Amino acid sequence: MENPEISTPIAISESEKTEQARHLSIPHQHKDAIGAKIGMWLFLFTELLLFGGLFLLYMAYRLQYTKDFVVAASELNLVLGTLNTIILLTSSLTMALSIAAIQRGKKKLSVAMLLATIGFALAFLVIKYFEWTAKFHHGIAPNSPELLSKPNGEIIFYGMYYSMTGLHALHVIIGMIILLFMLVFLLRGSISKNDYIKLENSGLYWHLVDLIWIFLFPLFYLLH
Amino acid sequence: MANGVLAERLENYLEHKTHKGIFAWILSTDHKRIGILYLVSMVTFFWVGVTLGFLMKLEMLTPGKTIVDAQTYNTFFTLHGIIMIFLFIIPGIPAVFGNFFLPIQIGARDVAFPRLNLLSWYLYIIGGLFAIASLFLQGGPIDTGWTFYVPYSIRTTTNVILPLLGAFILGFSSILTGLNFITTVHRLRAPGMTFFRMPLFVWALYATAWIQVVATPVVGITIVLVIIERALHVGIFDPALGGDPLLFQHLFWIYSHPAVYIMILPAMGVVSEIIPTFARRTIFGYKVIAFSSLAIALIGYFVWAHHMFSSGMSNTSRAVFSLLTFLVAVPSGVKVFNWVATLYKGSIELRAPLIYVMMFIFLFSIGGLTGLVLGSLATDVHVTDTYFVVAHFHYVMFGGTAIILFAALHYWFPKMFGKMYYEKLAIWATPFIFIGFNMLYFTMFILGYNGMPRRYWSYLPEYQTLHIISTVGSWILIAGLAIMFGNLIYSLFKGKPAEANPWGGVTLEWQIPSPPPAENFEEIPVVNHGPYDFSIINGNSDGKS
Repeated sequence: MENPEISTPIAISESEKTEQARHLSIPHQHKDAIGAKIGMWLFLFTELLLFGGLFLLYMAYRLQYTKDFVVAASELNLVLGTLNTIILLTSSLTMALSIAAIQRGKKKLSVAMLLATIGFALAFLVIKYFEWTAKFHHGIAPNSPELLSKPNGEIIFYGMYYSMTGLHALHVIIGMIILLFMLVFLLRGSISKNDYIKLENSGLYWHLVDLIWIFLFPLFYLLH
Repeated sequence: MANGVLAERLENYLEHKTHKGIFAWILSTDHKRIGILYLVSMVTFFWVGVTLGFLMKLEMLTPGKTIVDAQTYNTFFTLHGIIMIFLFIIPGIPAVFGNFFLPIQIGARDVAFPRLNLLSWYLYIIGGLFAIASLFLQGGPIDTGWTFYVPYSIRTTTNVILPLLGAFILGFSSILTGLNFITTVHRLRAPGMTFFRMPLFVWALYATAWIQVVATPVVGITIVLVIIERALHVGIFDPALGGDPLLFQHLFWIYSHPAVYIMILPAMGVVSEIIPTFARRTIFGYKVIAFSSLAIALIGYFVWAHHMFSSGMSNTSRAVFSLLTFLVAVPSGVKVFNWVATLYKGSIELRAPLIYVMMFIFLFSIGGLTGLVLGSLATDVHVTDTYFVVAHFHYVMFGGTAIILFAALHYWFPKMFGKMYYEKLAIWATPFIFIGFNMLYFTMFILGYNGMPRRYWSYLPEYQTLHIISTVGSWILIAGLAIMFGNLIYSLFKGKPAEANPWGGVTLEWQIPSPPPAENFEEIPVVNHGPYDFSIINGNSDGKS
């Protein structure tokens, strides 16, 4: 069973590709790292489009209610938002380091970095929790009398805010669960120096979660 | 090695069992078994949908109440739409025949992600059950129509969240199938199977898979937002809180129009398989047909707002979307002309699959041409939301996709099950289907043109004659369908054993035994010619051409 170099760029020659396909097309036995990556990238693409729908709505409503959006945005907690941005960016770094470590066969380092990533994810969620509950204490929750007394644009702003950051938080949670599984695989040795595509694909997912936040942060916290 | 001798010793996929009893099916990751799983579940859902359609037509026999009240009628057309669209037509051909034949046609042993493939089926079943479960719950079944338009879908007291969740899960299943197929085509083609040696069915599936991946997430998020809106009242689609229902329609149709091509492209691919086989000729304009699939996939993405001509849009955007809509007709027309050109001077053998294809070309052309009536602004405003629209999409969806699904079922039946169906009975079913279909739906064009609105439970007495013809047509159609499915089910048990290549086809699936061996190929084939090169058969066979 051959093991294709994972770090090879996807663009390999046609003949090589079919030659590989020839060896690899035995069901349930093949490990096609490039194929797995293509599948993952396609999946990430669908995730981008999922959030794309939300970004489209955000744009439409921002154009419609520019003033209300500016007012509402200035009430968000910029400090906590910035802190969360730093945390997520750092978690992407530790994620990448975890992959780099296992590529070099340093299992302990890889485990440590993965644990750090999961820790950062948890920290992000805790901060998000405090941010949301603080808003709830001020009566700013979906369908609350306090929020409904505000102009329509602000209602929509918070509607978008809760929906988008909520769905993003859901992705953070899913990402955490995936990373926990990877931790188990790593400890058991089914992710190793020779076969780390699972970890790499999980890393790709994690970077996507990070990337979406990088767009959410300025849209909600900075644009006022 | 003599391939034929060896092949006979191979265990076929129906004999090869990895688990016992039913688990040999529901735990199998064999793409062929998963294809059959989809077939069985899909035909079951199809008959539920047919039953609802039958009851609706029965209700329309007389003005006012015939068998059910108005609210029940609303839930009937909603569930009929959800079942037929999300559970039958969208997964239809790709999930059944794509799963079964895509790997074989490109010379692979399975799809790229076999376990993901099985997961897609489970998601499909869960989604389907969610959609149907609302029937039995407090509050009653969903009554919004299959389009779930807001604000009604956030106001109605019926069960909306559950079927919406079902639709979301079905979308997820569709995405996973799509990315599986794309990866399979890129990674698992046999040596020598270049892109331009792939059968056109594979091309069609490839284009479809891209639409599934690119369009479905958008409706996914739209559905999620309606669920959020209903559960939490965030206001995004609620006009009372400043939300804009029109934005829902945009997002919904950004997916749901391309979804129309998810439904029809695979059918066009099947047509491009069946016509060369029964005309004994290579397809006319192979590359053009291949590219027209991609063109349809691409342009189809930019025409969604033609569903909203009367929803309130600026005249500029209406004109632009109308123009783009006309553009889609071009690649579709290219295909039809190429098919007819392939038949020209071919040595045609008129078997059941080809008869269905003929029926398709006729019905789909009517559907396509009336599509232009709906695509142009002036006429659309007159017939929008009338029976004209209903007739149009039944001509393209039923007359197009479903009829080809039946054609595919006959064409590949010997290969899938290793049995021949009864040709005479299969042919006898077709006039019933054809006459019943046209009585049922052509009358709807006239009704719609005369102003009969869609989704109405009652109507003015002057429409009754046409409604009666239509209802009687539905009975004839169902009789035809019963004959067709009855024949196939009977043949499954009593049919004669099929040869490896009963039709004299030249694509790869005809070069292996019927039913296919568990691993498809004893040895992965090396491909050195195009997909419809009949000189191989004509050159060294018994002169069957």
